[in-house]
Amino acid sequence: MTIIGWAQIAAIFALVFVCVKPLGLYMAGVFSNEVTFLSPVIAPVERAFYRLAGVNPAQEEGWRSYTIAMLVFNATGFVFLYVLMRLQGVLPLNPQGFSAVAPDLAFNTAISFVTNTNWQAYGGETTMSHLVQMAGLTVQNFLSAATGIALALVLVRALARSGARTVGNFWVDVTRATLYLLLPFSLVVALAYVATGLPQTLLGSIDVTTLEGAKQTLALGPVASQEAIKQLGTNGGGFFNVNAAHPFENATAISNMISIWAMLVISAALPITFGRMVGDDRQGWGLLAAMLVILIAGVGFAYWAEANGNPLLTALGVDQIAGNMEGKEVRFGTAMSALYAAVTTGLSCGAVNSMHDSFTPLGGLVPLVLIQLGEVLPGGVGSGLYGMLVFAIVAVFIAGLMVGRTPEYLGKKIEAREMKLAMLALLILPFAILGFSAIAVMLPKALESLANSGPHGLSEILYAYSSATGNNGSAFAGLSANTPWYNMTLGIAMLLGRFAYVVPVMAMAGALAGKVRGTASEGTFPTHTVLFVALLVGTILIVAGLEFFPAVALGPIVEHFQMLAGKTF
Amino acid sequence: MFQHLRPAIVLIGLFMCLLGIAYPITVTMIAEAAMPGLAGGSLVQRSGVVIGSSLIGQEFRSDRYFHGRPSATSAPDPKDASKTTDAPYNAASSSGSNLGPTSGKLIDRVTADIKALREEGVVLLPVPADSVTTSASGLDPHISPENAAIQIARVAKARGIPEAKVRGIVTATTESRTLGIFGEPRVNVLALNLALDTTAP
Repeated sequence: MTIIGWAQIAAIFALVFVCVKPLGLYMAGVFSNEVTFLSPVIAPVERAFYRLAGVNPAQEEGWRSYTIAMLVFNATGFVFLYVLMRLQGVLPLNPQGFSAVAPDLAFNTAISFVTNTNWQAYGGETTMSHLVQMAGLTVQNFLSAATGIALALVLVRALARSGARTVGNFWVDVTRATLYLLLPFSLVVALAYVATGLPQTLLGSIDVTTLEGAKQTLALGPVASQEAIKQLGTNGGGFFNVNAAHPFENATAISNMISIWAMLVISAALPITFGRMVGDDRQGWGLLAAMLVILIAGVGFAYWAEANGNPLLTALGVDQIAGNMEGKEVRFGTAMSALYAAVTTGLSCGAVNSMHDSFTPLGGLVPLVLIQLGEVLPGGVGSGLYGMLVFAIVAVFIAGLMVGRTPEYLGKKIEAREMKLAMLALLILPFAILGFSAIAVMLPKALESLANSGPHGLSEILYAYSSATGNNGSAFAGLSANTPWYNMTLGIAMLLGRFAYVVPVMAMAGALAGKVRGTASEGTFPTHTVLFVALLVGTILIVAGLEFFPAVALGPIVEHFQMLAGKTF
Repeated sequence: MFQHLRPAIVLIGLFMCLLGIAYPITVTMIAEAAMPGLAGGSLVQRSGVVIGSSLIGQEFRSDRYFHGRPSATSAPDPKDASKTTDAPYNAASSSGSNLGPTSGKLIDRVTADIKALREEGVVLLPVPADSVTTSASGLDPHISPENAAIQIARVAKARGIPEAKVRGIVTATTESRTLGIFGEPRVNVLALNLALDTTAP
């Protein structure tokens, strides 16, 4: 580790930190349906959308109707995207002449983008036409992110309101999240990306003759516009196979900095939005503090492991001062690669600028564990906030048990129904991750896909199901996941991770919304103090971490000691 | 449920036009007008002919040129389409090696690459990490200044010019950290080799 490496990491966190408050308050205004500085331009478009769609923006819904609207919207998005991929061969804007995407791959990819996972079983530049990249994948990048924000708003309103029957209007929330937040930000970020060197063209590819006279085909396309929303919406599905490690997706140290800022900033600002909407800013800062404590610990651990390098290569005569450079780009080095890996998994982004599969065992353990902790650090846009609020409710429940009081969160009593629903949501992760992994390691067909053997092979499978269930999308990419088995099971894992998680959370929100908000008394456990932040961090590590410890021990941890003992596989 | 179908279908249709067509086309039009070189892929020309992109690495085998990092990209095998064959710096299909730290294949490959470097005349061990490891994209346009340094003697000999002259060109081509802290010191291999051809043909 070097001081300059830490300085880069600190600079990016500082850049996010100064934006958190203004952005958080802006979003609080947008989602309270206030007039913002963009309204003169956007409000007419917004009104036209509602009129054409037959939506009455003034009419709010209860949690059931809201959830069903969300499910119908996502199912419709799935069908549109699936059909688009199956028909790409006969549709325009296909300069490379790609044929239709195979059914299992199209199924997997459509689910992947609708659930905000953006798992790439495909190689973008070798599979998808420009039309699919733009009208299919880019659109779902926006809408799955907007859906995540909408779902978080339900829980926020449920806590903010007292004795309420309604939690908002899904169509209004999705439309406003897209028009007032994601689209204008994407425009700015996309142009900044072009300035750093990301291509933005409708050409397909260019053939050139290199300096030594060889032929090289440069894959091009509308990269910058997709990259912007891919990062801002914590989607992570790249234009190219290797994602943001590709020089056309991440050209310089500056584009790398923009990428990390863009994927963090909305998720980090949403707790502030929450604090403002529930009428107590301190509540938001408390949640954000807990998120950052674990995230920064993860960054430090990954950077330490990667900077130490691979002792097996040292033994061969490779200088490891630059750290473990297998699967990393020279322009980023270990500091920016480790930071990117931890942030992309503390979020549910899943973009990568280095190959996690080639990280040292402990370096690779960090992204794996951060996904398994539930991606609440600070999590995907929206999904991170509602995931964190579930943990906060579990934490006050545990605190209530310890002191023998009825637990309360923001003046709402937490009772058996809410706890059951919270646990139902939390248990989806171990159920899908460990369940599917256990089946996969026993199937010869599934094991054929492994690129590495020994404990690293187990890590590849575990990472795949963790990433899919957590709706992350990054991979230990040596695993050849484009097979019917993985396309189907990972697709199901993504569905469970998104919808089987969020429906109980919505039911919990419905129950909370109806409760009367009491005022804080002497005996109320405050939920903005250092004590609560520590309790929340402990809850996340114990509840989420211990579920996966045995599996993680058999993968990365065993591999680490084997590596120290000089063993290869 | 059915009352939700109309807003779902209409809104997705509208968003497809706005986000899927209007947004990328607007960005393309602004980018091509304001930054045509960058938007077009940062192409590099020599005497009017495009010879590559400054952002994408190329394969160099000749002793007269500096070599980039090992690349793990591949291409479909012309003999058997279901298989792939090694094709370093294939910019139509990016890929990393995805070999884990305890992979026997990784150890074998690095051992062979170190042997090859010694045959080229690199006597000092240890070698810089980036000279024997594959990049994440397989298209890394850069090498570290240390990696360039161990190649100076070979290039100078092949071109029959003094090492000091080659070292001077390397130093002039080396890029430092942006604003002093961001990124890593690096040498763009294509830019370096172009500079070599210009100043010491």
